[in-house]
Amino acid sequence: MLTRLTHDIATMSRRRWLAATAGLVLGLATFSGAKAQETIKVGVLHSLSGTMAISETTLKDTILFLIDEQNKKGGVLGKKLEAVVVDPASNWPLFAEKARELITKDKVSVVFGCWTSVSRKSVLPVFKELNSILFYPVQYEGEESERNVFYTGAAPNQQAIPAVDYLMKDEKVKRWVLAGTDYVYPRTTNKILEAYLKSKGVKQEDIMINYTPFGHSDWQTIVADIKKFGSAGKKTAVVSTINGDANVPFYKELGNQGIKATDIPVVAFSVGEEELAGIDTKPLLGHLAAWNYFQSIKTPENEKFIKAWQAYTKNPKRVTNDPMEAHVIGFEMWVKAVEKVKSTDPDKVIDALPGIEAKNLTGGTSKMLPNHHITKPVFIGEIKANGQFDVVWKTPGLVAGDAWSKELEGSKDLIGDWVGKKCGNYNTKTNKCGGQGS
Amino acid sequence: MTFTAPALAGSFEDAVAKFANDDFSDTDEAISAVAASGNPLAFPIISALKEERLSADPDTKKVFVTGTYGKVIDAATGAAVDKLPENAAPVRLNNRLRRAVDAALGSLTLLSTDPAKRIAAAQSVFKSHEESALAVIDDALAKETNKAVKAAFAEARAAILLYKSDATEVEKLEAVAIVKAKGDQEAMALLTGLPSDQPPNVARAVTSAMASIQSNLAMWSMVQNAWYGLSLGSVLLLAAIGLAITFGVMGVINMAHGEMVMLGAYTTFVVQEVIRTRYPGLFDYSLLIAVPLAFLVAGAVGVLIERGIIRFLYGRPLETLLATWGLSLVLQQAVRTAFGPTNREVGNPSWMSGAFELGQITITYNRLWILCFTLAIFVILLAMLRYTALGLEMRAVTQNRRMAASMGIATSRVDALTFGLGSGIAGIAGVALSQIDNVSPNLGQSYIIDSFMVVVFGGVGNLWGTLVGAFTLGIANKFLEPVAGAVLGKIAILVLIILFIQKRPRGLFALKGRAVEA
Repeated sequence: MLTRLTHDIATMSRRRWLAATAGLVLGLATFSGAKAQETIKVGVLHSLSGTMAISETTLKDTILFLIDEQNKKGGVLGKKLEAVVVDPASNWPLFAEKARELITKDKVSVVFGCWTSVSRKSVLPVFKELNSILFYPVQYEGEESERNVFYTGAAPNQQAIPAVDYLMKDEKVKRWVLAGTDYVYPRTTNKILEAYLKSKGVKQEDIMINYTPFGHSDWQTIVADIKKFGSAGKKTAVVSTINGDANVPFYKELGNQGIKATDIPVVAFSVGEEELAGIDTKPLLGHLAAWNYFQSIKTPENEKFIKAWQAYTKNPKRVTNDPMEAHVIGFEMWVKAVEKVKSTDPDKVIDALPGIEAKNLTGGTSKMLPNHHITKPVFIGEIKANGQFDVVWKTPGLVAGDAWSKELEGSKDLIGDWVGKKCGNYNTKTNKCGGQGS
Repeated sequence: MTFTAPALAGSFEDAVAKFANDDFSDTDEAISAVAASGNPLAFPIISALKEERLSADPDTKKVFVTGTYGKVIDAATGAAVDKLPENAAPVRLNNRLRRAVDAALGSLTLLSTDPAKRIAAAQSVFKSHEESALAVIDDALAKETNKAVKAAFAEARAAILLYKSDATEVEKLEAVAIVKAKGDQEAMALLTGLPSDQPPNVARAVTSAMASIQSNLAMWSMVQNAWYGLSLGSVLLLAAIGLAITFGVMGVINMAHGEMVMLGAYTTFVVQEVIRTRYPGLFDYSLLIAVPLAFLVAGAVGVLIERGIIRFLYGRPLETLLATWGLSLVLQQAVRTAFGPTNREVGNPSWMSGAFELGQITITYNRLWILCFTLAIFVILLAMLRYTALGLEMRAVTQNRRMAASMGIATSRVDALTFGLGSGIAGIAGVALSQIDNVSPNLGQSYIIDSFMVVVFGGVGNLWGTLVGAFTLGIANKFLEPVAGAVLGKIAILVLIILFIQKRPRGLFALKGRAVEA
């Protein structure tokens, strides 16, 4: 082959050789030019294997779906979007490694990803160092505001506090069980809730706090304890920050021991449509969940989204949930910001994002705030027999996300403000950047 | 149906129409108005509301009851209707309304012909202690002949009197005595919830009643802990018993043991899916069908693993550990790809749902069945090892492989079958665990550590050790949990095991003799 080529070149006339080379060079130039123009890369950093795959796989599909929809509309800035999917395998250090790979090797313009707080904490230094953008779609414990991260999930004041308010006012709950899995999100949330309840005049002996290990499956003792705690003559409710996988045995035990929602309601912050898909929900009728989105909410936007999503996944029963909606909002905000500054340069996009508005699926318009959290409505839903939620209460308007909880001593004076103060933990008392908890 | 209540008809119809407003407080008013109306349609309407069979048309404000056999009637008049209007939607409830419905049904069913229903009605009156039910209760109590129902009525009456502000002191003292005799958590709740402005005599009686109920409950809570411990022990035993064969008898460190459990659980899921779509009548038997299938599936995979991987690694524990651990990841991801990463729904057959009361403790049927099932498997396995030819060969090979081989036993065949047996039993465990845990690709991971803990603690190579080990750990865990909490309790157990192993490296029941040195 090679000898034949040299032979060809040798026999080729000088003029023809020149023309061929020019053609080749031209071809190469147009080829590489086309490649540079072709796409904007979007990183997807969600676990597709390991323990968290159960929740995160859906979010990966959501981003692929959103990119697909956007490309049908012609992409962004006249370029198509291209997803780069990596699998951090529920392994926290691997999250940091994969994030680095996405930013330096694949040169993505933005990353959508993470679920657990520990995975977010593990990628934070990478995003700071390499100055890129992360959209984080899950409800979390707050107490954080970073320049490179945009939090589209709920902060505690957008989920936990309104849920407790609802129980206090509507169900007249006087005694509280705060049950959670033993890790950072439940511990911080329960700390905030405990402070909040006490500020509302609830006594220490009317609060029971209980932690269980990850994947706890033997709930007999704890459910019996809750039953006992609830028989003190005052209306009792359980506020559950129990993590995804441990919920199924927990609810099964509640159902079997005959604790009905009319006696002791359980309000959960981590149980959505996706988690209920694995349980027989008849015994759970009336237990509650607090979210910023439910699949059952009837708005034209939501119906359109569900239809398109089920068509995309080719599964007419595929459910939607709250973190998916967070990605929908976050994605639209990013697209709008990029189009506003006509660039994917992280610094420009980060500065453009606060103030950007995007329609959420429940009929309102969410806005990115200077503290990199967004405004959201809060809904309380009761579990129905078909595994969906029936909204029984909602906040009158949108609630602005607080990066720093007003209930905790260490953080009540802090604010995040990346527009005016250029600081994630600005202390309004001392007027200095850099307070506790940073 | 014919009825005439001209005087009330207008207000009854108005009340029913409120159901159509889709507003929780209107529905609340409608419930109490309908329940108090004395109209014969009140019971069908409210029971339909409870079961989501009451629908309302938001445009015409008409309300309909769908009967259990699909017959539709107009709720306001009782007239039959051909079919539900297109846009009629079930009347929505929330927890507050569900309580109102239960209370209303309670007073409506106090005179039901079914004794069980009367007891349930009396219990819901006991809980709500609404004064309005007193007249009906007195009436019902006078007519009642059934002893159990009578007691329930008396308790409900006592609850009402306790909360009635104008009841006499004598009445209240009697009521306290009745509630004290009931002596359970509900009685305790009733007494603690009493307003504090009681006459001094009553207040004293209440305090002493509470103290006596409390000490009674404290004794029962010990019994309860013991039962929970047995139940947790049975789950541990179930998960570990397969490992007791592969690790205990054969000495193979099989990290993929948990995945065999998972395969069993997924087999149950597949069986239930087929039954749901093809033969819904067989649902209550789904577990019985799943047990042999799960044994075969997990057992076959076990034999494949032994033939394909483990037989090349006998005597090299480190490599076996790594290979089987890798295999467990492969199996997990394979299941994740085939069935998706989310939990799969495995239903409880009716005989495994619910609970019954024994004294003051609640025993759930699923836990009880799992305990029986585990013990049955243990006995069968023990009998198999002792009385069958395969069992004899297994024991021979594990005790002295070369001697067994020279006696004409095909040792490699026995190895494969033993490993298959251990895996198959893990598969059966998966069927039972699917009833109390998530059916997800991660199911096995949560049991592997506990299983090894039980086998090592009980003594490697001894089935009785596994049995005693599992129950000891289960009971110790459940007695520690109320004191130390679930997280610390688990840590304490691990520390205790470490200390124990220091003292007795071979576990509770150490094997003696030559096999140990081999």
